[in-house]
Amino acid sequence: MIRFDQVSVTYGDGAAPAVHGVDLTVPEGELVLVVGPSGVGKSTLLGTVSGLVPHFTGGTLHGRVTVDGRDTREHRPRELADVVGTVGQDPLAHFVTDTVEDELAYGMECLGLPPDTMRRRVEETLDLLGLADLRDRPVASLSGGQMQRVAIGSVLTTHPKVLVLDEPTSALDPAAAEEVLAVLQRLVHDLGTTVLMAEHRLERVVQYADRVLLLPAPGAAPVLGEPAEVMALSPVRPPVVALGRLAGWSPLPLSVRDARRRAAGLRERLDELEPPAGRDGPGSADGPGGGEPLAEVSSLSVRRGRVTALEKVDLTVRPGETIALMGRNGAGKSTLLNTLVGMYEPARGTVRLGGASGAVPHRTRPSGLLRRVGLVPQDPRDLLYADTVAAECAGADRDAGAEPGTCRALVSTLLPDVHDGTHPRDLSEGQRLALALAVVLTAAPPLLLLDEPTRGLDYAAKERLTGVLRALADDGHAVVLATHDVELAAELARRVVILADGEVVADGPSSEVVTSSPAFAPQTAKILAPRRWLTVGQVRTALEEAGVGA
Amino acid sequence: MTPRQPLAALRAPRATRSNALHAGAWWLWALGLATAASRTTNPLLLALIIAVTAYVVAARRTDAPWARGYGAFLKIALAVLVIRLFFAVFLGSPIPGTTVLFTLPEVPLPDWAQGVRIGGRVTAEGLVFALRDGLKLATMLVCVGAANALASPARLLKSLPAALYEAGMAVVVAMTFAPHLIADVRRLRAARRLRGRDDKGIKAVLRIGLPVLEGALERSVALAASMDARGYGRTARVPPAVRRTTAALTLGGLLGVCAGTYGLLAAQGAAFGLPVLLLGLAAALGGLWLGGRRAVRSRYRPDRWGARAWLVSASGAAVGAAVVRAAARLPDALAPPPVPLTAPELPLWPAAAVLAGLLPAFVAPVPAPRTETDAGSVSRTGQTPPAKETTRA
Repeated sequence: MIRFDQVSVTYGDGAAPAVHGVDLTVPEGELVLVVGPSGVGKSTLLGTVSGLVPHFTGGTLHGRVTVDGRDTREHRPRELADVVGTVGQDPLAHFVTDTVEDELAYGMECLGLPPDTMRRRVEETLDLLGLADLRDRPVASLSGGQMQRVAIGSVLTTHPKVLVLDEPTSALDPAAAEEVLAVLQRLVHDLGTTVLMAEHRLERVVQYADRVLLLPAPGAAPVLGEPAEVMALSPVRPPVVALGRLAGWSPLPLSVRDARRRAAGLRERLDELEPPAGRDGPGSADGPGGGEPLAEVSSLSVRRGRVTALEKVDLTVRPGETIALMGRNGAGKSTLLNTLVGMYEPARGTVRLGGASGAVPHRTRPSGLLRRVGLVPQDPRDLLYADTVAAECAGADRDAGAEPGTCRALVSTLLPDVHDGTHPRDLSEGQRLALALAVVLTAAPPLLLLDEPTRGLDYAAKERLTGVLRALADDGHAVVLATHDVELAAELARRVVILADGEVVADGPSSEVVTSSPAFAPQTAKILAPRRWLTVGQVRTALEEAGVGA
Repeated sequence: MTPRQPLAALRAPRATRSNALHAGAWWLWALGLATAASRTTNPLLLALIIAVTAYVVAARRTDAPWARGYGAFLKIALAVLVIRLFFAVFLGSPIPGTTVLFTLPEVPLPDWAQGVRIGGRVTAEGLVFALRDGLKLATMLVCVGAANALASPARLLKSLPAALYEAGMAVVVAMTFAPHLIADVRRLRAARRLRGRDDKGIKAVLRIGLPVLEGALERSVALAASMDARGYGRTARVPPAVRRTTAALTLGGLLGVCAGTYGLLAAQGAAFGLPVLLLGLAAALGGLWLGGRRAVRSRYRPDRWGARAWLVSASGAAVGAAVVRAAARLPDALAPPPVPLTAPELPLWPAAAVLAGLLPAFVAPVPAPRTETDAGSVSRTGQTPPAKETTRA
């Protein structure tokens, strides 16, 4: 269906090609997952299929890509629109019209299909994706998962033979991601659509893939093969695969179900061991405990417009604690973080930073607040205004009243290989996050808040972030992170707070909260249930210690 | 909200896609009211027109993002009124009033600036005149705002001729960008707080100008890529002869329209003005029709112009016609002279005619109740413009 013939892509100023030597065929009706670390050219490769690379993005394409017999060199993206459907990471950037029904019809209108065909296909697609109740809704009012389903539906109505998806579930909470993946699987099974998908969160998608296309490093030759075989070579891998490698299972399991069936032996071996407490594990919920609380929230309610975003929330954060805030999209996680930095005024209840004599965030001047609490927002770009890293650092020093060079020193620790002259927008997703983190840390706030820090990060970047945040917590900082990433929460947090509809529905040590709910349980916990092991790291440490002891 | 009528069939139905009122009908209705407003300076009549639009908007607008624009238009109208009064106070007024309210120190100006005055006497007559004049303009703005809130711009686009579609699309995309831009400004201004900088005042808004523009640019590039990949701008193959004829007709037609208009307006040449204008118009329309053959687009469920659309547009036209007629018949009641000062009177039958503009509030389909979209966490992202997933390009 898709044929890559010695394809390489070079962008204007790049010395090395972004993608090199891709020579393979994707057969009809397969779900192919493209994996690899950040910056290896996954998006570029996907772009060549829809013709956006090079027609839209520029750059030079060597070799040939044919989709259903059409050469993308001779066909512009609009002439491929009836064969290839493309959905990006941000559905809002994809929407052209303003209501769900119009959005589904837009592609067909462009192709000039007759009105009765359009009507029939819109109804079919509404049913296929479970969108019938939303047909008249403005697209801007949908939740993240609904938006992504509408975006997929909007390219399905033209009956494309190939569907290209770039990180379709990155922005979604676990339940919404399941929703989208179920739809994709249905398309592959029922309609024989060929799906080409790139995704960082492998733990969500790898089990659905028929084949995996691995781009191991920039410029390296890609590997296409059976998921289990490719995962054995891959530098990026989900916890289930990592656990499988640790235990030496072959072939490697890809889903929790496969792994559970093999895990009997491992569970027995682990039976005598205890999940290690302390830094690698969330076992000790009462660990930090001491000291004056850094933030106290009591029976807080916040209204935004006509909606009550938070209702009677209580939360106390003490030094050295790491708390994960979880819950579905729109549960109030971001609102809670933003209220802690004084962006919203509480409708009822109180927020206090730094003990009984502390400050009330929304009444504190920003310059004073800076030294008490720092927030890295969902999009780190919001914090970055200057046009070079050096200027950004100088600005941060001025804002915080810190010694000149403080911020730059932090940047050097977090990001060893970044030049002063780089534009913040040219950094990768992970580097930008690190820069924003350095900017916030310049004022040395004891309380650090992060909103969805792992969006768009690959496993390596996530691991670096985990290391940095652990070190901060050991230094006595308190870290609160709002996240959909259950693996990150398991790795990092000792305490998990789950919000639903603006209310706290669970608050406790992560080993208890997270394992009690299938939606929020990390893969390791699911495999090794009922024992409370949360991360592969814990298991590895425990096994090593046991090995030494024996 | 719905009229108590014995015949259930006559009651306004719940709005769905199939019985949606044609966007053009709302615009005709609003333009009718705006025409009425342009013909009177009677503040009571103008206030009545504003009240009519407000009632209809309150009764029939949906919960869609474009429907929230009415309030913004009200604010702009108020600003217009204030600016008009400001000029009347500081730059004087041509109205020869006698009731001096107060006297501002006058700036002496040289001889060549005769007729211009800064400061000086402020008379009640001058203020009243300025107030009425400003109110007229403000009312017309509010009428446009009402049409904006009631009719989806995208639906209106669907009624354009095929050859104009792409230009119209650009306009609609630009219009949907404005709310995104405002949301960006809000978000970035809030983010300044995180850097310890002040988030209030004009300065804070100006400082984030560049990041906001960068974000908008990124988003437009992403949207353009998405539109291209979905087939926007696909054209049918047209023989070169047809293409050339299209270009010639359109260009020649527009030239003809220009020449004809000039002929009509200039002192001489009124004789050839009209025929040239008509000829040019015909040629341009022919060009548009031919140009439509290049487009392969089809239309998905375009709005139908039904009986209710006729009623709505007719009610607007009736208001406009009645007030235009009244302006000729009762010049004193509709445009009360500023000197001497008198309390305005409400002319009865023009006022009754303006009330006919309320008809849409009874015949237009009722939008789905708003509480439905408010319930549950699903709509929460919709309530807050910079919704969670909106910001990343």
